Amino acid sequence: MINLDLYKVLKTSDGDLPLDIKMDIKEGEFITIEGHSGAGKTTILKLIAGLIKPDKGIITVDKKEWLNTEKKTFLPPQKRNVGFVFQEYSLFPNMTIYENIAFADRGGQNKNHVDEVIEIMELENLKDRNPQTLSGGQKQRAALARAIVRKPDILLLDEPLSALDIEMRLKLQDYILKVHRLLNLTTILVSHDISEIFKMSDKVVRLNKGRIINEGTAQNVYQKNYISGKFRFTGEVVKIEKDSVVSIVSVLIGNNIIKVIATQEEGDELKPGNRVMIVSKAFNPLIIKL
Amino acid sequence: MSEFQPIILSLELAAITTLLLFILAVPLAYWLAEKDFRLKPVVSALISMPLVLPPTVLGFYLLVAFSPNNFFGGTIENIFNVRLVFSFEGLIIASIIYSLPFMVNPVQAGFENLSPSLKEASYTLGKSKFQTFTKVLLPNIKPSLLTGIVLSFAHTIGEFGIVLMIGGNIPGKTRVASLAIYDEVEALNYHSANLYALVLFVITFLILLTVYVFNRKYLKSGRL
Repeated sequence: MINLDLYKVLKTSDGDLPLDIKMDIKEGEFITIEGHSGAGKTTILKLIAGLIKPDKGIITVDKKEWLNTEKKTFLPPQKRNVGFVFQEYSLFPNMTIYENIAFADRGGQNKNHVDEVIEIMELENLKDRNPQTLSGGQKQRAALARAIVRKPDILLLDEPLSALDIEMRLKLQDYILKVHRLLNLTTILVSHDISEIFKMSDKVVRLNKGRIINEGTAQNVYQKNYISGKFRFTGEVVKIEKDSVVSIVSVLIGNNIIKVIATQEEGDELKPGNRVMIVSKAFNPLIIKL
Repeated sequence: MSEFQPIILSLELAAITTLLLFILAVPLAYWLAEKDFRLKPVVSALISMPLVLPPTVLGFYLLVAFSPNNFFGGTIENIFNVRLVFSFEGLIIASIIYSLPFMVNPVQAGFENLSPSLKEASYTLGKSKFQTFTKVLLPNIKPSLLTGIVLSFAHTIGEFGIVLMIGGNIPGKTRVASLAIYDEVEALNYHSANLYALVLFVITFLILLTVYVFNRKYLKSGRL
């Protein structure tokens, strides 16, 4: 069980923004924090990791106090045993992929475990390469591998997939879910991709201007979007197949792929990765580009 | 051999100065890149002063400070039994101060250009501040370190005004190549002047060439 009660005044371009949150996270849970940029999402992850200090607050992990500003306890990031994956990968350019991952190994005594992680993340072919020569998806896979070497109590993912294209993103989501389940991690993801949130999270926390405005399962949190009069979904185009007279568009909605028939002209306008809305008028669903 | 003595002295001075400067300036540059405090502009301005100040101004003040009759020079002489005026040791200290911005500025810029998340990533992987500094930060600013080392070395070799003020042009002790060239020209000894000048020219060209070749290799391989 992880309990957070944090307060910190953030300096933003629009003036001071008080970040004030309380969260309880169960062990093994997959939580997503969603909100506009500047809502304080990344700050929460950094506070948990100990990379920044709050003005006031308590963090307890399995009844152990990582932080308590009243008692002036502060466990430095080195002792917190968290895995952190950054949006910009942050692999060390002076090391190979293998060296990057082995760097996380405590005292280098656990070579087998490093090899095991490389195997789980399917990085054997890339382990002698330098980070600069890898694609975005490969880099993020390596960064994820590095973050789990220390068997962290909490895995913190700061918009790790936002710089990747849709296909890569879907693949990386599967890797993240795989390690989350395999290592029984407690994972906190920052994301504003609704389909990603539906696919990944047990629980979603919506943040606005430093405060939690809604939390619960993705279904509950986003439900009101779905029952507003018309029957409609938003999703992402995954695939477009041309048939003789029509195009078949596969759209990812939540974690379901839905196939929709479109005219060829409509199909030509769409590309994988486009955000679309699917609306049903009477009984024929129409597809509208967003 | 004594003909080459000024050149050897110049190289010795430049090598020792660069080494000491490296040890001193890298932590200083990191401190300046990391911390923000009210007096930081003052510290930065002081470090960069030698860039714009005539060497004679700095030389004059250092000469006054180093004098055994004054507090600083007197204390050094009492404790270490070293006289800083008109001595090689004095030249080293003067050169360190004079070349400080050439080492601090590129290294500081190198640290500032590193993404903060590299340091943060290392911390969350359980590495201490010192390990992070030596294994992650320093190796990733190699081009900046190289630039700092080369600029300091070349700048020390090229010093004239300040070595004249502090060193006093004593053959075999403080008469470095740049001074020797001036002396030979004054004595209309163009052959010797040309020899010193040519050697300095070739040495500095080779040093700079090496740097550019290395930097190009780094850029090409993408690995630091």
